[in-house]
Amino acid sequence: MLRSLLKELVEAHGVTGFEHEAAKVVEKYFLPYSDEIKIDKMGSLYAIKKGKADNPKKIMLAAHMDEIGLMVKKIDDKGFIQFTNVGGVDQRTLLTQEVIIHGKKDLFGVIGSKPPHILEASEREKSVKMEDMLIDVGLPKEEVEKYVSIGDSITIRRKLLNLQNDMVAGKALDDRAGVAVMYECLKELSHMKHDCDVYAVATVQEEVGYRGAIPATFEISPDIGIAIDVGFGSTPELPKDETADLGKGPCIGFGANIHPKVYERLVKVAKEYNIPYQQDIYPGATGTDAWGMQVTRGGVSTGLISIPLRYMHTSVETVQISDIKNAGKLLAYFIVSLNGEDLEEMLCY
Amino acid sequence: MLLKRLTDACGMPGGEGEVRQIILEEIKPYVDDIKVDRLGNVIATKNGKPGYPKVMIAAHMDEVGLMVKSIDDGGFIRFEQAGGLDERILVSKPVLVGKNKIQGVIGAKAIHLQEKGERETPLRTKQLYIDIGAKSKEDTEKLVKPGDYIAFDSEYVEFGNNLIKAKALDDRAGCAALIETLKHNYDVTVVAVFTVQEEIGLRGATVAAYKVNPDIALVLEGTLCSDVSNVPEQSYITKLGAGPAISLMDSRTIFPKNLAKRIYDIAVKNGVDIQYRLPSSGGNDAGAIHTTREGIPCTAISVPCRYIHSPSCVMSKDDFEGLKKIVKLFLEDIKEGEYIRD
Repeated sequence: MLRSLLKELVEAHGVTGFEHEAAKVVEKYFLPYSDEIKIDKMGSLYAIKKGKADNPKKIMLAAHMDEIGLMVKKIDDKGFIQFTNVGGVDQRTLLTQEVIIHGKKDLFGVIGSKPPHILEASEREKSVKMEDMLIDVGLPKEEVEKYVSIGDSITIRRKLLNLQNDMVAGKALDDRAGVAVMYECLKELSHMKHDCDVYAVATVQEEVGYRGAIPATFEISPDIGIAIDVGFGSTPELPKDETADLGKGPCIGFGANIHPKVYERLVKVAKEYNIPYQQDIYPGATGTDAWGMQVTRGGVSTGLISIPLRYMHTSVETVQISDIKNAGKLLAYFIVSLNGEDLEEMLCY
Repeated sequence: MLLKRLTDACGMPGGEGEVRQIILEEIKPYVDDIKVDRLGNVIATKNGKPGYPKVMIAAHMDEVGLMVKSIDDGGFIRFEQAGGLDERILVSKPVLVGKNKIQGVIGAKAIHLQEKGERETPLRTKQLYIDIGAKSKEDTEKLVKPGDYIAFDSEYVEFGNNLIKAKALDDRAGCAALIETLKHNYDVTVVAVFTVQEEIGLRGATVAAYKVNPDIALVLEGTLCSDVSNVPEQSYITKLGAGPAISLMDSRTIFPKNLAKRIYDIAVKNGVDIQYRLPSSGGNDAGAIHTTREGIPCTAISVPCRYIHSPSCVMSKDDFEGLKKIVKLFLEDIKEGEYIRD
């Protein structure tokens, strides 16, 4: 089930600002485990699961469903499409990728550029700039213009790839892996008793500065807000202390963006239920929805869980499925651990 | 569909087995004799009438790809290129490793962790590695060993104005056209040679041409096509959708002009779109064939391929159909006694 959700989620397209297709998948999977689904003015989706307490406190979970991508800038005289990026795209990951242009109908295309044999030797030493790339949809200008217009979003065409040891690779796992964590959490909670109301929010526009999380947090006004995002997975070229290993559990974030008591409770719950976890430290900004949530209204007690992910912001982002499962379990047990708790007291410094 | 089957198959230089198997199955009903030589070339003969020349038609089975070099302590696979490719296309691509096609990906450092300027500098093959999701070196070693071939993971897609996107269209397009060519009967004797190791120096064609010793030879290829917007027209080499392209000169061969022109004229006369491949770099099996023994008159006809030597080659189905037509028309046009050498 988790794998099929992941597959549908990452194969759905939802560049920042264009998340509706991804939202449909979220709704389909979250609905059976929620009391109510709501979509706010920005497009963020709230799956609400009511708690058993009389005056329930609110726990908000936030994972962003937007993905980095591209946007149509111009259709040239020969029908090739020039584009720009939405969010942080490394231009080196784009050459000869297959893409889908989301116009009046979806159009398949290939990202091309000047072929290497006609380049000067010095040009070959440099990476091709995004402005020198073109999308080839194999149609003349007049045809392209019927379906495509400036501002249409573009995504890489990539299926979810199954690797060894239950690892999967694909686009948009940043942060649909986090969305999958919320799904696992809601599923766990469906056979547990919890006092608090749970708002699992698939946020929009995180990649351009957690713009969806801010109004969603304002709207919900939670007592505790926990962001679930992805963190840097270890690979040969990266220093060990800047990364987390895949398969060793989710990372629990610590630092100014995280309420220390929320951090402590997450660690305690992980230990109590033998859930593997790693630690992630953030002396300053976390660059996640948690950063926005924390300073909404009069301030929110925040937490941060991250799934180790390799090759962030490429179309072959790689995660381990067990980390997602464990993160979902950790969050569910965390929420249940708050039963009968006086949150005011618990969160007191 | 034949072209889909052929492009889905993987065959790096020296490891063409999967492609060869498909070809052997496909051509069997249509030829009089099939041999596989010491290098792995498929040589299939379709006898014609006495007094007509022996025409060798070559298309190469191999494609550019990668090869496993070593497995590092973390179980990541380091690799080398098999055949020439622009290493800038490797990042952020899925690949298939070894005979069992183990799924892997070529990733890159997250953009957030890059130093200023890193994005301006291409990642070199030496810096890259393949991740199959292994836990350790031993884990990878159970599935992969040095020397295993690595292919791009790219499926056959039809799109746009009658176009195809696939890997290895260079030269499975030529292989498919050659297979189709064998389904008709001719007065000339046709020796179809599906060559190996073209991409690393025309190795298969070198020995096959010696063995076959034809009167005349034809090479069917997928060739450079640079007709994209930011390229000046004189550098296009070929245009997509303008018909198959007849070579005049490349890095390896100066083609006999009379033969090229004859084929060009036959196409025009029969209403088949045709173009010349503008003289430029590159090379194909003709380079080896035309200097074999005392010299063999040779011509090359190609399907234009954009983004060649990448996972996403693009060609026009119309050009492909045109190639099949023009080869058939030319073979039928050859008269008794023509091209026959003493």
